[in-house]
Amino acid sequence: MTPLRYARAADAQDAVLQAQAGARFLGGGTNLVDLMRETIERPEALVDVSGLANGIEESRDGGVLIGAATRNTAVAAHPVVRKRYPVLARAILSGASAQIRNMATTGGNLLQRTRCAYFYDEEGSRCNKRHPGQGCDAREGFNRNHAILGASSACVAVHPSDMAVALAALDAVVHTRTSQGERQIAVTDLHRLPGDRPDIETMLEPDELITAIALPPALPRSTYRKVRDRSSYAFALVSVAGAVQVEGGRVLDVRLALGGVAHRPWRARRAEDILRGGAADRAAFAAAADAELAEACALSDNGFKIELARRTIIAVLEELTGERP
Amino acid sequence: MSIAKDPKGLIQGAAQGLMAKAVALAPDAWVPGGVPDPLIGRQHGHVGRAVSRIDGPLKVSGTARFAAEFPMEHMVFAAILFSTIAKGRIVTLETARAQAAQGVVEVMTHRNAPRLSPPPVFMSNPKAAGGDNLPVMQDDRIHWNGQPVAVVLAETQEQANHAASLIEATYETEPAITAFDEARSHARPAEFMGEPLHDEKGKAETALSTSAVRIDATYRTPRHNHNAIELHAVTVAWQDGVLRLHDASQLVSHTAWSLGQIFGIPEDKVLVTSPYVGGGFGGKCMWQHHVLAAAAAKLCGRPVRLVLSREGVYRLVGGRSLTEQQVSLGADADGRLKALIHRGLTAKTPSNVMPEPFILASRSTYAAEAIELDVHSVELDLLANTFMRAPGESVGTFALESAMDELAEALALDPIELRIRNEPDVDPLSGLPFSSRRIVDAWRAGAEAFGWSRRSPTPGSRREGEWLVGMGCATGTYPYYRMPGGAARLTLTPRGASVGIAAHEMGMGTATAQVQVTAERLGLPIDAVDFHYGDSRLPGTVLAGGSQQTAAIGAAVIAAHRLLIKELFDIVGNDSPLAGIKPDDVACRDAGLCVRDDPERHETYASILARAGRASIEVTGEGPLPLELMHWSMHSHAAMFCEVKVNAITGEPRVTRFLGSFDCGRILNPKTAASQFRGGIIMGLGLALMEETQVDERNGRVMNPSLSEYHVPVHMDVPEIDVIWTDIPDPHTPMGARGIGEIGITGTAAAVANAIYNATGKRVRDLPITLDKLL
Repeated sequence: MTPLRYARAADAQDAVLQAQAGARFLGGGTNLVDLMRETIERPEALVDVSGLANGIEESRDGGVLIGAATRNTAVAAHPVVRKRYPVLARAILSGASAQIRNMATTGGNLLQRTRCAYFYDEEGSRCNKRHPGQGCDAREGFNRNHAILGASSACVAVHPSDMAVALAALDAVVHTRTSQGERQIAVTDLHRLPGDRPDIETMLEPDELITAIALPPALPRSTYRKVRDRSSYAFALVSVAGAVQVEGGRVLDVRLALGGVAHRPWRARRAEDILRGGAADRAAFAAAADAELAEACALSDNGFKIELARRTIIAVLEELTGERP
Repeated sequence: MSIAKDPKGLIQGAAQGLMAKAVALAPDAWVPGGVPDPLIGRQHGHVGRAVSRIDGPLKVSGTARFAAEFPMEHMVFAAILFSTIAKGRIVTLETARAQAAQGVVEVMTHRNAPRLSPPPVFMSNPKAAGGDNLPVMQDDRIHWNGQPVAVVLAETQEQANHAASLIEATYETEPAITAFDEARSHARPAEFMGEPLHDEKGKAETALSTSAVRIDATYRTPRHNHNAIELHAVTVAWQDGVLRLHDASQLVSHTAWSLGQIFGIPEDKVLVTSPYVGGGFGGKCMWQHHVLAAAAAKLCGRPVRLVLSREGVYRLVGGRSLTEQQVSLGADADGRLKALIHRGLTAKTPSNVMPEPFILASRSTYAAEAIELDVHSVELDLLANTFMRAPGESVGTFALESAMDELAEALALDPIELRIRNEPDVDPLSGLPFSSRRIVDAWRAGAEAFGWSRRSPTPGSRREGEWLVGMGCATGTYPYYRMPGGAARLTLTPRGASVGIAAHEMGMGTATAQVQVTAERLGLPIDAVDFHYGDSRLPGTVLAGGSQQTAAIGAAVIAAHRLLIKELFDIVGNDSPLAGIKPDDVACRDAGLCVRDDPERHETYASILARAGRASIEVTGEGPLPLELMHWSMHSHAAMFCEVKVNAITGEPRVTRFLGSFDCGRILNPKTAASQFRGGIIMGLGLALMEETQVDERNGRVMNPSLSEYHVPVHMDVPEIDVIWTDIPDPHTPMGARGIGEIGITGTAAAVANAIYNATGKRVRDLPITLDKLL
């Protein structure tokens, strides 16, 4: 780890001011500190924002506002989240381990970086995300965990967060602050596709701090299903976050997002468009999944993800539109 | 160089020949094991009791001190920089920035490292401990991707780590062979422990071609890495000409001798201790970190602590090599094997002697009329592979026992019945009698306990919601070994006894079991016996490997015990109740000796010692050569039962129940034994479902050097595991016991694969069985 300066932010304004001097924000540190140990991240200074806003409040519109420093465990355990946003509670609980969730913050979780093995191998592998223009060793290497949607010739990495997939399906909005002021960004717009600059992962400015995440009112039924190589402590090969409202056998409204398939949480808008207003049956679900995956593109090791995603989308929709257990 | 061509190997071969001759000349009763160990018959003593581990309280309270926890004055911390090419030479190695970094004491490279001899590779000498024989930081040559090229020594670990990241190395690469398929055409016959991995009985190909039913299939297993929870670590100092190592080791005496060879000093000038080891599994032998730490300590004149990072373990400590195994089985319509052919390929490096010997289990498991077994090996420019729990049997039984399941299916025969029909009367290859073989008992008891009769023979016929449910079984097997070199010091005082032997406690419960055995042998309470181990100054050259340590210690303690009785009789005198009795006619009970046929004639050790004015008696006994192995075919067995569910939508395989029914001779301590069995099975579940070292074949680099990306089972992957055992003593081993450390991993992967077949109708022949193979 490279020597660095460390300071605690007194409040959001203080954090933003300190970040202007080249500091990085530190939340729970569950990813950033790992990356610093691997010398992939070498910040000169850290501003600790883990003591900032960490409340969960119900908002007047029937939604919820989650402070960015709220620990993952606290979000998943919150009664309102459990009751109205089971997709979010389940997504969080399916990620990492209890110890990591106790540390990880909501803002930090969104800004996790990929677990691509070649990204993590600073000394021995080429990676355009670490060093733009260097080349990508994953494309012709081990890519079983990599992207089937939205990848570029420069980068085939996937975003690792479960929570972010649920937030994408919930139409959550990120509240941010810079020295210039505050703004709001839809979670679905927060992360970029890799293009030719996979090193730029979000649309946040360098000194832009996530201060809160707002959830709009929820659809009546939602869930998160994560498929992985072992029962716990493994990243998603494919995950599906879904929320629906069904009446009289028709889909009134639906939100779908996929994890483990792209450089960002993948909001499945094509599938939603086919489903919305249509019959809530298996044929429609399959057609929706097929439409969403029509442009999916396999690498040498990850072709199975296309079929896996299709099956998992259908299964989640069947679960959400079927009899309540 | 093959072992047989090595001069030291030749000497070993000659010694083995002498042993074989001695057997021919000696009457059976003389052969060790010919007269059963009297402990075998004792039913209600310390042996066989579920004694809790004596090191348990130390471990849960954090007071057991491991290799990386010994403080030394003026100690520096080491960090290693690893190469990023597979083969070639270092062109530049820019260390100035590291040298100038805060806290840095020294940077060691091939330019300034002390001049050293190469490590003696395993088998080149009875005490050789090296995983390979490559020179350690002596020149600019690179032999594998991940080879250490620099060691930074600093006042703190963090400073050392940071400085290591400041070193810039450039390389000139040379063509390297890192892809298995590229090397395939250069495969050569493989040798293991000095013997060819090739066996033939009858004409197997001919027998196969005329068999009524035949199975031909190819099975593949990937590379595996060691992931003991304790990272490899040494704390090292040169003190008054003695090289002192606090180590995490499963072979302290071997390490002391081998480091002596490397540094050009006598082995008694190297002191290696290893009181606690957080898991060994074959990985805690001697690797470059030992040599680098000792060299660095010499270079900077201060004690050095070197703890490998988890990545460091992957770069520097070998694991299990990959295999590609072809199994052909020919049977008559009743399922009796006419032909068993098991052959294939593995990979090693030019500098080590460890082809994965996957045919071992096929030598003795089934009574096939004709047998052909063969291992060929290619050589790759990778880190030297090594022993990993049940080398050979772990992956070999996956192939053999999957093929047996396929044969049972083809015959429409119950897989257990097929195995029982092929149970041999004598060793199928050597013709030797079995010392004790009760696998059929284990099968029957296991099938009953597991509820095997509830299994549907039709694959894919049981579904619960989204989940397809199936059952499978397989034979596990591991041989009884006892290596030469066991010796133990036995010290008797009025308070009790202590055993000293350079053996190892890596978490298996060795110390506890040996205290039980010694207490029983000497007629002492458990708390009157101490067991000293993990110190190269103690007698014996004992490898904690091959599941042989318990037998090696047992045989040495038996020898020491005989000497002790003799010494006691030298001082017993005419006033003792034992006066006039011969040593052969006594037994031990109640902290003393008695006449075997007249236990009332008894005198305590304390009384004997007091009368003779002696504070203690100390003897050192050497275990005899393992001649029992020349007379009997000696193997443990397990009947493994698995229930899985496979998600019909996602293909996710999850093991829901497992039962191992073991025939391993006498169980010395059911509590520690159950943990050994379960631990082996859990490792077998990882072998079946998830473990795989991802070596990028373009450059030979391990790409998943961490526990987050290299998957081993988490708690949720491990179901309730039942373990039962026959507990039938083997009359030809010390204590009637055979080793139990490795057998749990054998057969397990096949039981899982066979259960998955039963659940889904999909036969997966490539490990690990990940969900993509089941979609």
